[in-house]
Amino acid sequence: MSDKVVEIRGLYKSFGDLDVLKGVDLDLHREENLVVLGRSGTGKSVLIKIMVGLLKQDKGQMEVLGQEVSSLTPKELNALRLKIGFSFQNSALYDSMTVRENMEFPLVRNIKNLTKKEITYKIEELLDAVGLPQTINQMPSELSGGQKKRIGVARTLILNPEIMLYDEPTAGLDPITCVEINNLINEVRERYKTTSIVITHDLACAKMTGDRMAVLLDGQFRAMGTFSEVFPHAEDRRIKSFYDYNFIES
Amino acid sequence: MAEEADDRKPFLSKKIDKFFTGLADAWNFVRRFWKEVFLPPYEFKEVIHQCYRIGVESLPLISLTGFIVGIVFTNQSRPSLSEFGATSWLPSLISIAVVRAMGPLVTALIAAGKVGSSIGAEIGSMKVTEQIDAMEVSATNPFKFLVVTRVLATTFMIPILVMYTDFVALIGSFLNVNSNELVSLSTFFVQIFESISFLDIWSSVLKSLLFGFTIGIVGCYKGYHSSKGTEGVGRAANSAVVISMFLIFIEELLVLQVVNAIRGM
Repeated sequence: MSDKVVEIRGLYKSFGDLDVLKGVDLDLHREENLVVLGRSGTGKSVLIKIMVGLLKQDKGQMEVLGQEVSSLTPKELNALRLKIGFSFQNSALYDSMTVRENMEFPLVRNIKNLTKKEITYKIEELLDAVGLPQTINQMPSELSGGQKKRIGVARTLILNPEIMLYDEPTAGLDPITCVEINNLINEVRERYKTTSIVITHDLACAKMTGDRMAVLLDGQFRAMGTFSEVFPHAEDRRIKSFYDYNFIES
Repeated sequence: MAEEADDRKPFLSKKIDKFFTGLADAWNFVRRFWKEVFLPPYEFKEVIHQCYRIGVESLPLISLTGFIVGIVFTNQSRPSLSEFGATSWLPSLISIAVVRAMGPLVTALIAAGKVGSSIGAEIGSMKVTEQIDAMEVSATNPFKFLVVTRVLATTFMIPILVMYTDFVALIGSFLNVNSNELVSLSTFFVQIFESISFLDIWSSVLKSLLFGFTIGIVGCYKGYHSSKGTEGVGRAANSAVVISMFLIFIEELLVLQVVNAIRGM
């Protein structure tokens, strides 16, 4: 069996007159952490939204775990989604539910015949893993930004996904919390043997979490490799300035 | 002048396009509801939760409004009837007006304002904060959980609220009649039940089902299709109320024609 988990070929996506992705090619290997870098509005999030079927590509091929996403029936798509965890930029916790209910929501709807005890055990185990067991009965409005991100990750892990997609995991967080979230991404990968894509424009996050970097510019990947291969001596002026700005800022 | 006309043309055609696209979207949304409502899994627990929110939490407002409507309508009708020495007809007049028209209409309009706007705003904010996407990527059906449950809850709860409003309005009316004409409770209610027919009650219930469905589906549709951040959420809540109220009046008019036709048979 191939160790390729995601295979993207010639992917195009536009919104009205705006071409966002213009022929993207990418391979993602099992248990690899790939970081997709790029400035805001370059289509990084669009790429992973196509991966889970939230958006549909205009042209090209998007194979995830050996299945072409755009040709799946709703039932097949849901089966694939169970194998993919998606951590949203703003955590997307359900406002009207407690942390426990947030985590129960996907679990009870996808895995039948679980006893109450088993559900509670699973929830507590994951809250322990993200270091927030005390928040189980709290509402999302009572949590800090970093806590929300952690709970969001715990909620996606409850279905034991093979692939984790992180959309801007450190956006809007203070530097210490950023490091904690980066550590969490690495822990998740080690503990649950997941393959990950991290979407970010934060180079510190990229350096800490990524095995491989892919820089998205003008709708295509312009550089790919390890951190030291892509940065800091990039020949492309835009990639170099991206690096410079990030580190001058930090 | 010619240039002005040219400028207007694309604007108009854009508006017309938008109108018909919106109409087609709304039609597809209603069709999807009818498709999903019969298919498992069923979210019974959430339906009960929504029924509680829509029904029980609306009670104070509905009670107050119903009671005041009963008193005010009785007070306003008395002078006209007393000119003909027919104040004894007050209970009959009030019961017909309340059961046939005012109860369903007042309840539906209040529910459109309170429930419709809250559904629009709640689902709208879930949409713009990606909570609906989060449900979708966790392989659960957000339409079933958010839309089907809320539409069922409004459809079931509005008729119950209407019957409650009718009752409270009649109690308000009785207090007024009792203090002015010294009519006893039993006489008042005997007169009421002599005046209203089975058709009145059935048409009121059927109309309320229709109003409930309208409030739920419009609120959900507007919320589900909201965009442009918090501004979009406000707009979704607002248009949910305006469109629901508009449709409620149209439906009232249509149902009235049908019931009158049946009554004339």
